Amino acid sequence: MPAGLNRALFTVAGAAVAIVLAIAICSVAIVAAGADPLAAFAAFFDFGASARSQSNGIAAFLNRAVPLFIAGLAVAVGFRMNLFNIGVEGQYRLAAICAAYVGSTFTAPKPIQITVIILVAAVVGGLYALIPAVMKVTRGVNEVIATIMLNYIAINLTSYLVRGPFAGQRAEGELTTTTPDLPESAMFPNLNFFFDWFGVLPPTRGGGVWGFLLVAVVLGLVVWVVLERTRFGFDVKASGLNGPAALASGVNPKTMVIAAMVMSGAIAGLIGLPEILGDRGAFNSNFTPGLGFLGIAVALLGRNKPVGIAIAALLFAFLDRAQGALQIAEVPPSVITIIQGVIVLLVVVANEVTNRLALRLEERRAARQLGRNSPVEVGA
Amino acid sequence: MTRVGKYHVALVGVAVLLLLLSLVRLVSGYDDITSSGTFAAALLLAVPIGLAGLGGLWAERAGVVNIGLEGMMVLGTWFAGWAGYQWGAVAALVAGLLGGALGGLLHAIATVTFGVDHIISGVAINLLGPGVTRFLSEVLYKEGTQAAEAGAGITSSPAITSPPPRVSLPLLSDGPDLLGRLESTHWFLLSDLAGILRGLTHNVNMLVVLAVLLLPLTFFVLWRTAFGLRLRSAGENPWAAESLGVNVYLIKYVAVVISGAFAGLGGVFLVFVSTKYVEGQTAGRGFIGLAAMIFGNWRPGGLAAGAALFGYADGLQLRSSGAVTSFFLFGAVLLLIYLGQQVRRLLASGEPAEMVTRGARQYTMMAAAAAGMVVLFWLWLTVDQLPNEFVFITPHVLTLIVLLVASQRLRMPKADGVSYRRGEQH
Repeated sequence: MPAGLNRALFTVAGAAVAIVLAIAICSVAIVAAGADPLAAFAAFFDFGASARSQSNGIAAFLNRAVPLFIAGLAVAVGFRMNLFNIGVEGQYRLAAICAAYVGSTFTAPKPIQITVIILVAAVVGGLYALIPAVMKVTRGVNEVIATIMLNYIAINLTSYLVRGPFAGQRAEGELTTTTPDLPESAMFPNLNFFFDWFGVLPPTRGGGVWGFLLVAVVLGLVVWVVLERTRFGFDVKASGLNGPAALASGVNPKTMVIAAMVMSGAIAGLIGLPEILGDRGAFNSNFTPGLGFLGIAVALLGRNKPVGIAIAALLFAFLDRAQGALQIAEVPPSVITIIQGVIVLLVVVANEVTNRLALRLEERRAARQLGRNSPVEVGA
Repeated sequence: MTRVGKYHVALVGVAVLLLLLSLVRLVSGYDDITSSGTFAAALLLAVPIGLAGLGGLWAERAGVVNIGLEGMMVLGTWFAGWAGYQWGAVAALVAGLLGGALGGLLHAIATVTFGVDHIISGVAINLLGPGVTRFLSEVLYKEGTQAAEAGAGITSSPAITSPPPRVSLPLLSDGPDLLGRLESTHWFLLSDLAGILRGLTHNVNMLVVLAVLLLPLTFFVLWRTAFGLRLRSAGENPWAAESLGVNVYLIKYVAVVISGAFAGLGGVFLVFVSTKYVEGQTAGRGFIGLAAMIFGNWRPGGLAAGAALFGYADGLQLRSSGAVTSFFLFGAVLLLIYLGQQVRRLLASGEPAEMVTRGARQYTMMAAAAAGMVVLFWLWLTVDQLPNEFVFITPHVLTLIVLLVASQRLRMPKADGVSYRRGEQH
């Protein structure tokens, strides 16, 4: 069997074992909580009784997957060169509020308006990520700590902006603060016509299936091309795998840090847009938090590759969707967070174990071919 | 610089700081800058940060990066609340320690046994900590249970039954309360000193005393015992330690479990302050503790200074949010001192060759400092009340500034964050 296929098989097997183990651990927790694990697992697949609620469930599932996928991509770009962009959380919130505010200040034809909003979000996210990047290359500040601090700063800054300078008209008796409403031309068209094609009732809740899904798919393709098929992507990967070797072959590590970080931040800036352009039409205090941290988990699960991230985002979204169904089945919904955390931990452990196993097998194989008894050292 | 010299510099630094604080108080008229209330609050707020920082110190000195401190702290708060309402303060302390240690054990298994990247494992623990505690609350505190009747909810535990005892220094801050009287005179320097001392000694929680004692204890264990030497060697060069017969795996396990226990203790402390577990109580203190440790250059003394600074900033903001604007004045004065030093050095050196080589950079630095000083001074004069959100981020901004200024002088353990496997020399 070729070594590459061997490794791929090991990876898939490892992930499968990790997921099975995670399910087992959570079953134990559910039993301990006095609920029926089978009922819990049934709840995950229970999209509702009526046709309308089923299509609503599918829409909620896809709508959750889109921002998770973008968040995973943002984190993965940094991870590719061993840069831990923990700051995705702050970058996307700040970018979302700035984009929502700028978008509400003018009215233009739909394509122009949406493009401007997307650009503003990407620029703000990229600029905010530029801060830790510059701190790293000029003063050697560890990006993990810098981005954690910048997260808190961004979160407080957004809650100040939404309350103060960027606040819009608040409806009578309304408690949530919000930016001014976006004009109709800023709203992204939804994808409900897909349902019509298949003769299914279109979803009604939360703005239907968000059209930003298409942008996310394109973004995934672009990231894949940039990372896997360009000189830049190769440089990123090389700097991550072996910095000194990359430097020796003429790659400037400082430029790479700044480029990778800004690219990561620019992608992170888009995370909040599906929700704003697809449903809410403004940034308000109900805006979904925590996507940046989940993005880290999604990127890890997807092994920093766009296809893997898409699968991981769909898995997480699938789990998250069951929130309501679990409550009806009388299972504590927080079991979802536990499943997600356990899966991430077990998958990274499984990665390590399978890497070691594959390496050992390869060493044995090399020894057999060379006709020696002792294993031969093979690079990881 | 010799040891004595360093010690003297530190003393002089503290004295100058006191003088500055006192001056700023007189000029700005905010008595809360050095009031005993502020310092009591600062002490209370600094302790959980310091404990989390100590947790980080133990793990990172053994070469394991621990950004899972926040998650471990969350576990500590939940278990402290759960045990506290049933069996009292001592049980809360033990349970919180064990809860944090459990998180540490998980981190150790992932990073030491399986060689998972330390940051990744930490992120997973930060995800799991709140998830597990939420789950436990939903199971054990749901409506109809005994706990719910005692006042529990999905997001909080019932109040703990017996609060920990308090102590205060007799004569000085209790009974006749001499320090308190001196403080209320508002004399320059003297009453500031009295306020600070009274804040630190009046009605102090036993756990605070314990936590403060843990600092010298950590220093002693890590820097003055054979075990500490082995632990630090595992963080500097585990392969060398291994070649000398140290069981690096065991050392790392012990260090990371202790690290989790410290973070858990920080959580217990938060529970004691609010007398019950409340979801989201930690509010990122695990991360701030980590920042305090880096601020303190992976040393207990520096860590204490960092924790004290963050605690003070927080305490001042709690007592009087207007007083925080005095930080602008404080920063301006610090920059003025820096400028004065630079000017003196320029006048004293007078070597033209040196001037040419270092001149441009130095002048830009000085210009930046002068501009910063003017801006800060202007801000102090014009801003009456900062929005709360800006006040909250004070410790985070301070951390970033310190990292920018000092990160090249910081030195982390050499093999910090490196995945170690026995017998594999890198």
